[in-house]
Amino acid sequence: MIRLDGLSRLVGALQARGYQVVGPKLREGAILYDELASADELPAGWTEIHDPGSYRVERRDDDARFGFTVGPHSWKQFLLPSRVRLWRARVNGGAPEIEEEPPPEKPFAFFGVRSCDLAAIGIQDRVLTGGRYADHDYAARREGIFVVVVDCAEPGRLCFCDSMGTGPSAESGFDLALTELVGDEHRFLVRIGSERGAEIMEDVPHEDANPADRDEASTLVDNARASMGRTLDTEGLKEDILQNLEHPRWDEVADRCLSCGNCTLVCPTCFCVGVEDTADLTGETIERTRVWNSCFSLDHSYVAGGSVRQSGRSRYRQWMTHKLATWHDQFGTSGCVGCGRCIAWCPVGIDITEEAAAIREEVGDANA
Amino acid sequence: MRTLDQVVLEARVFAGLDDTFAEQLAGCSQTAGFEAGDTLFREGEPADVFYVLRRGRVALELYVPGRGELTIETIDPGSVVGWSWLFPPHLWHFDARAVAPVRAVAVDGACLRGKCEQDPALGYELMQRFSAVLLERLNATRLRLADLYGGGHGG
Amino acid sequence: MAVEPLLVSPGPMVPEPYVVRSRGRETADTWTIELEPVAGEAIDPEPGQFAMLTAYGVGEVPISLSGRGEGGSLIHTIRDVGAVTAELCRISRGGTIGVRGPFGTTWPLEDARGADVVVLAGGLGLAPLRPAVEGLLAERDSYGRVFLLYGARTPGDLLYPQQLEDWRAEGLDVRLTVDAGTRSWLDRVGFVSALLDDVTLDEPAVALVCGPEVMMRVTIGALQQRGVPPARTYVSLERSMSCGIGHCGHCQLGPILICRDGPVFTWDEVGGLLAVREL
Repeated sequence: MIRLDGLSRLVGALQARGYQVVGPKLREGAILYDELASADELPAGWTEIHDPGSYRVERRDDDARFGFTVGPHSWKQFLLPSRVRLWRARVNGGAPEIEEEPPPEKPFAFFGVRSCDLAAIGIQDRVLTGGRYADHDYAARREGIFVVVVDCAEPGRLCFCDSMGTGPSAESGFDLALTELVGDEHRFLVRIGSERGAEIMEDVPHEDANPADRDEASTLVDNARASMGRTLDTEGLKEDILQNLEHPRWDEVADRCLSCGNCTLVCPTCFCVGVEDTADLTGETIERTRVWNSCFSLDHSYVAGGSVRQSGRSRYRQWMTHKLATWHDQFGTSGCVGCGRCIAWCPVGIDITEEAAAIREEVGDANA
Repeated sequence: MRTLDQVVLEARVFAGLDDTFAEQLAGCSQTAGFEAGDTLFREGEPADVFYVLRRGRVALELYVPGRGELTIETIDPGSVVGWSWLFPPHLWHFDARAVAPVRAVAVDGACLRGKCEQDPALGYELMQRFSAVLLERLNATRLRLADLYGGGHGG
Repeated sequence: MAVEPLLVSPGPMVPEPYVVRSRGRETADTWTIELEPVAGEAIDPEPGQFAMLTAYGVGEVPISLSGRGEGGSLIHTIRDVGAVTAELCRISRGGTIGVRGPFGTTWPLEDARGADVVVLAGGLGLAPLRPAVEGLLAERDSYGRVFLLYGARTPGDLLYPQQLEDWRAEGLDVRLTVDAGTRSWLDRVGFVSALLDDVTLDEPAVALVCGPEVMMRVTIGALQQRGVPPARTYVSLERSMSCGIGHCGHCQLGPILICRDGPVFTWDEVGGLLAVREL
């Protein structure tokens, strides 16, 4: 168990070991992931209210440090940034001399990772380092990160991590996992998940947890599991979607979808990127940059002659079938972790759980 | 030496044709030959014959001012050259030229139309077979119209 | 928890520099270039595979292998359809082009042994098939009948005309057709599937097909009638690619990644997917 001072010391201990600590901060009316100078910068006493197409922060009655779930940022801001130079080269008439971009000097410490987001990191690990080729930049950033998970006690209205098997508590894959107990005494149950986690706790004032603390923590998690805002029935979901690629529901959602791509920006597993080669005005220095792309853009499916997915309908269908169905074929897992961000950040509030359920309903009635 | 009614059966369109029908067909037929470069028929001329090609190759051509003679289709052995004899005004729509030395069976269109009128069963049989070929040609032509090679292709 | 990075140096997005050893025009908008590495050995693509070619400072595109030259040099046929391909076609002899690869799956020259093989190409589709034809001819006795059926829009659009003649002279059954011809064109005029009309095959034969997607869809039916089952009909597909290594998400066709699971597939694997509009 640690208290608030322990939390601060934990941040300090991470910094002392050379980590760049990033975590949630209240900024610009949202809870974003940013550099944390100290635990004082955590959004104490703030929570988030999510609804389809709506997100706002609100004051809590208490001063819980982690009394919210997920904002528009995910940890891919740091592991798969939206713009990364891959290499640059000097062109001296002959063969260019290529210099690969070095990774950030300091490894990251992710402070306050939700279990859904931890699962998302695992999913991106498979995509970007689990195949024949590893993405250099991702692998370098990923190596040696320190992960402090925070269990969720209060799921959001759009959360369905339980349906996706990704939360509300993490079992493994972290260095430390905290469960925040705000009661008579503000404290955190700490579960140690690695040797590094054990090592750093030596510099953090702590006490042994007693059975009552453990019970309280596990009750919180159980309650959280039972009060998810959304559910998604994943049994046979992939087959149902793939057998209904011409379902009328796709037309219906296409009427609402703006193809704005917000969902792909906030989704913690979306990984589509493009590559841009540029030269300076003299043509002597060239660069290759990797940038986020979205399957909602026409560009995404462009082949000589035109884009394969011209209609908004086909692009929404691509996103959703990839996320819930074909991701399994391509990478062996679902692409969705149930964080609910896409629902909140969709300007028209399209709800992936609702769309999936609608597709699975029988198209029976002629009036349907 | 094969008889004409055996020879017409070489054409894919007449494969399996009843003996009696083949005989009637042969009754309107005679052998024909062309040297490479010879014209079989010209656009606008009366169309009263069609050819069952046995050897060689025939090019169907369209004269386009500024572009010259365009070959729009070639016909190989086993196929039929010429359809304009079927319907009024019985005038050729294209030029036809032997690209290689041609051996064919020329079938008199007027004669065959007469026999079809007398024997509707023959008429129906021939219509079915000709329609199938025309449909195949139509679809192949439509695909060429789609101008697929322009872009968005494999490789 | 820390991932085991499979890091190679340099990383998989860094091209190796190659020099243009020779270049020639094929048609109005298509060029064939020959590349040799600035240093070291050339990569060793097999028939069907592709490389990502970089026009430094402009961009990178996937181009199928079209042949190998002396010393293992790479031969690629490129059509000018955009900024990157225009630049790749423009770079003169001695210029530098970046190469990453080889990537992708291969034409099944091993599996086809003992069978009759039909190579069916449309337009630029002969480019990725040429190494397969060369492979079949190199071990001619290992195969039954071998046919090359090739169609293009006009005679001027046919690729490798001299090589077609050479192959004919070598005894390969080469049948050509164009959509529209001129007086000097003495071969067939008609849609490419018509070339199958007098081809006899012993079942089960193998077909290697590459061309516009519509052409492939249409000729598959004709091939089936000739005794080539969909499981032995191979096609090469194309989609937008930014990485070639399964990381950018662009080349998806439903459940498959064309850079990783293709570009060569059996019709069994992709026929159903291609039938879904805008998939």
